[in-house]
Amino acid sequence: MAAELPKPRATREAYGDALLKLGGLHEDIVALDADLSGSTKSGKFGGAFPDRFFNVGIAEANMMNMAAGLAVGGKIPYASTFAVFATGRAFDQVRQSIAQPNLPVRICASHGGITVGEDGCSHQSVEDIGLMRMLPNMRVVVPADYNQAYAAVMESYVLPGPIYIRMGRPVVPPLYENTPSGLGSGADILRPGSDISLFACGIMAAKALAAADELKKRDISAEVVNISVLKPIDEETVVDSLSRTGCAVTAEEHSIIGGLGGAISQVASEHIPVRIGRLGLRDVFGKSGLPDQLLEEFHLTARHLAELSGLVLQSKGC
Amino acid sequence: MLQSPKTRRGALGFFSERLSPLETQKLGKKANLLRRDIIRMVAAAGSGHPGGSLSAADIIAALYFRVLRQKPDDPRWPERDRFILSKGHAAPALYAALARSDFFPASDLVNLRKIDCHLQGHPDMHKTPGVEISSGSLGQGLSMSIGMALAMRLDRLPGHVYTLLGDGESQEGEVWEAAMAAAHFKLQNLTAIVDVNGLQIDGFTKDVMNVEPLVEKYTAFGWHSRAIDGHDMEEIIAALEWSRTIPGPAAIIAKTVKGKGVSFMENNAGWHGKAPSAREAEQALAELEGKKVPGEGEPVGR
Repeated sequence: MAAELPKPRATREAYGDALLKLGGLHEDIVALDADLSGSTKSGKFGGAFPDRFFNVGIAEANMMNMAAGLAVGGKIPYASTFAVFATGRAFDQVRQSIAQPNLPVRICASHGGITVGEDGCSHQSVEDIGLMRMLPNMRVVVPADYNQAYAAVMESYVLPGPIYIRMGRPVVPPLYENTPSGLGSGADILRPGSDISLFACGIMAAKALAAADELKKRDISAEVVNISVLKPIDEETVVDSLSRTGCAVTAEEHSIIGGLGGAISQVASEHIPVRIGRLGLRDVFGKSGLPDQLLEEFHLTARHLAELSGLVLQSKGC
Repeated sequence: MLQSPKTRRGALGFFSERLSPLETQKLGKKANLLRRDIIRMVAAAGSGHPGGSLSAADIIAALYFRVLRQKPDDPRWPERDRFILSKGHAAPALYAALARSDFFPASDLVNLRKIDCHLQGHPDMHKTPGVEISSGSLGQGLSMSIGMALAMRLDRLPGHVYTLLGDGESQEGEVWEAAMAAAHFKLQNLTAIVDVNGLQIDGFTKDVMNVEPLVEKYTAFGWHSRAIDGHDMEEIIAALEWSRTIPGPAAIIAKTVKGKGVSFMENNAGWHGKAPSAREAEQALAELEGKKVPGEGEPVGR
């Protein structure tokens, strides 16, 4: 990495900036929010393009269906609220009226995962990736830093069909020096390795790099793969990595059921069954606390990732 | 004179003309044709929702054979009016109207719900020409209509959005989120029509979960609203005409009879989602054709 990295910034900031940029480029973009435009950062678009911005108030179901109607009317709608409400509160609307008719609605949710912090489990989304992955036609994206989130939002304009992009509340350290032109296959090998694959998404990608540093001290060569597109997942890169390392650990700010751990395990079970450890919320809800306290409590740290890697390596090949 | 579907549409000026008795009669005959199609389709499918399709037949006939500006040979004509069937289970009534407006062959109708037919149990916008949105999960159509109406307003398109809801459907909370939003966004190009047939699967709407007073509710939400007899063609047309001229969203609360036109189906919740047997279908068709002796109707489609 270059010496001058951008400062830590939240992925939701990238959403606000990219949406503002897109709005100036494309007349057919409209945006909707449900009374959280300050938090999701969609308010930047709203301030610049008030005629194309619709704040529906605290009514997420109505927002998703309005977005569907705008898409039917030829617009490219960006709908945002917290991840827990976008996917949970309005699941049926997303399923019936966006995913099934394959409409180009971009659901750009902020406050994914437990790093929402003090608001507690009612506002922490640890099932959203699973919910969205289940839906046919839905593309599921989890950017790892500001630059990747910016690229994901910019790229979303030209992609077909519905897209779910999960942004986060806290600032995160930069992983990508510059803004990528797009997400590519959605599986970036951040560091090659030969003993174990660390598949991570979102804020856990940076922690996976730190874990790889830890493992290196123990002469373990860990390959770090940032999975930004969880669906459709880049099976080739995943299988290729697993064929070289023979085992893996997944890391995500999400339930181990249905998210990245589920996605990697499903690919592996079909193509290359190997030992896989999953780091994430182990079928529990979150709770109140500072983001770093919560990450520690739920074992979402580089240290825990390295520990789990060690356990998986012990039984590698069993 | 009723104009043919291909040429009639596009003339906003007709709203100043009063419906002649002959036109009223012809629209009534169209509604009767839709009812016969509904019976034939649902009987042939062996499942479906005749009750709520029959209650909506006059409203849908008024829209498709008089009011909507559409081009069946160009279903996505940008300037068209949109009809949104929010109560998607009344799909047979919509399909019959689309077929009788030449969006697709009427011979498709008897293949409703069949494995290789485009006529899904609930409307699918990608499968059936003329279907504007996919619906079926109740409570979502009005919100989608708002999105469509906003898109049309942004594009300065002249079309009007007509959305048909059920009274039972109005128990869904999202309907009222949408009611708030339509008034808030001052949507002049949106009309909601509520088919108040008074029944839902578990019984009378007033017993299951009372939704009345609907006129007052919509008025309180900031809409212009009025009540009509949903089987009186002159009242239906007049209300649809009125709704297009007022400065904001309009609600037409149409009192109807579930199963209208078939004696043994009328006001009977049991016919919400049940297909008639071949013999029942024959009797229903005979009644709709004004014949006294059952068994002389048009053959039930196979």
